[in-house]
Amino acid sequence: MITVGLDIGTQSVKAIVLNDDDKILARAQTFSGFDPAKAIQDVIEQTLKTAGITQADINAFAVTGSSVELAPSNATTVSMMSADAKTATTLFSKVQTIIDVGAEEARAVKCDERGIMTDFVVNERCAAGAGTFIEAMARALEIKMEDMGTLSIKAERASSINASCVIFGESDVVSLIHKQEPKHEIARAVYDAMADRVSSMVHRLGINPEIVLLGGVAKDIGFVTSLKRKLGVDILIPEFPEYAGALGAALIVAAKERVR
Amino acid sequence: MTAQNSDCWRWQEYHRVMPGKSYTSNDVATAGIDVGSVGSKAAVLVNGEIYSWGITRTGSNSPESATKVLDWALKDTDIKQSDIKYIVGTGYGRVNVPMANKALTEIACHAKGANYIWGSQVHTVLDVGGQDIKAIRCDDTGRVTSFLMNDKCAAGTGRGMEVFADLLKIPIEEIGEISLKIDEEPPAVSCTCVAFAKTEAVGLLRKGWSKEKVIAAYTKAMAVRMSTLINRVGLEPALVITGGQSKNIGIVSRVETALGVKCLPTPNWRENELDPMIAGALGAGIFAKALYDKSQTQ
Repeated sequence: MITVGLDIGTQSVKAIVLNDDDKILARAQTFSGFDPAKAIQDVIEQTLKTAGITQADINAFAVTGSSVELAPSNATTVSMMSADAKTATTLFSKVQTIIDVGAEEARAVKCDERGIMTDFVVNERCAAGAGTFIEAMARALEIKMEDMGTLSIKAERASSINASCVIFGESDVVSLIHKQEPKHEIARAVYDAMADRVSSMVHRLGINPEIVLLGGVAKDIGFVTSLKRKLGVDILIPEFPEYAGALGAALIVAAKERVR
Repeated sequence: MTAQNSDCWRWQEYHRVMPGKSYTSNDVATAGIDVGSVGSKAAVLVNGEIYSWGITRTGSNSPESATKVLDWALKDTDIKQSDIKYIVGTGYGRVNVPMANKALTEIACHAKGANYIWGSQVHTVLDVGGQDIKAIRCDDTGRVTSFLMNDKCAAGTGRGMEVFADLLKIPIEEIGEISLKIDEEPPAVSCTCVAFAKTEAVGLLRKGWSKEKVIAAYTKAMAVRMSTLINRVGLEPALVITGGQSKNIGIVSRVETALGVKCLPTPNWRENELDPMIAGALGAGIFAKALYDKSQTQ
């Protein structure tokens, strides 16, 4: 049985193809851009090609993410929190606290030992605390976003910035640059600020070790370092954290399909 | 006054000398400089009456912006900077106005400036700046009695409108009128976060909404946020709006609808009337005159 999992996010679309043993045959992602319908089509085609199969071979189709309404009509919708919980508990057996930080949303999810989501907290409608914050600050610092993490971990201390709003933070970063504060200290301030917001969401749910971090921002060493320091516990990160949504959705739908 | 270039989302820089006014060395010239987060404004007063003003963009260096905007306000006048007896700095960058004799908060200055522009009936001032919104209550003399401001989130500020103007390539001067070119008022957008404005707009355009409808929905959401702030400080008529968004008819009319009151009319700033965007600088210039007079009697 072939299952396709699709995660339609605000910035990018991710697709994953699973075989009958829930093994990943292929994965791909692309920016949603102005034509997300085409982006969806592109990633699906790309994964099918990599897996060496065709549309006709697909037995189950799962979709999750912020724009599920753009998915093909035969897809089964899975909530982002359920997908997070499924991925985390499948990859790491004892996990009950999950943090997912994407481009425009951060959330903390709690689940039981079976991987069923029991509670969650979402940071939405505000960009502070999500990947957009890093992107905007990297732009203000005139450094590449992918270089910011490595730069930040060199800092012994952090500058002081307004962390409640991306727009205010941006002004602060600009004036810190003019005061000639070292860029790595400003970069660390950005991650510390994000880690503060994210950890307060986790605290609202209660921390149950082990903690797993998912979403594209989990690949950022700067954020991971600040979050570990803030939470004071170790954090588990899967190999491809940005595919957590697509994988979780596919696993849930595949399991349901087998029962049928 | 329309801008066609890629900078159409910014307010145009300009300066103006009030017609029919004169200056001699016996007169007292004072100035107010308002270095905002987005725009810098300078007002030059002669004997406590507005004489000329300038509006420029704030650069990354506040002292330079202050110098530039004052030069701009003095352009085509008989007044030199050395003629100015007293200067008050205000706004976000007020501590960085090198030529200022004193710095005052923009809250006091906006209330004072609004009192000058519209008269003593003004009791509530909504100042929509580049990065903040303030709801100010004041008495008949323009003295502040209470105020509230958003200081944790940039939603509803002028910066958000700029992001939309830039994205849709609409001159900021025209965005208000365009937001009213709709058959039916759409519901307000659910998210006013400036950082998400782009995603929000792209999403609505993708749904097939016209540019006008997208702007209307965003303008409405901004107006709702502003009205909430005014209600929290307590609305006492008459209400006026200062700052860049006072020149946005889409904002003004929606704030009026949300609150169920009319604002005092925005002066005809395109012609020869005062620009409500300079209210802070104007108020600072009025305080400068009072402070100068006080220094002379001591």
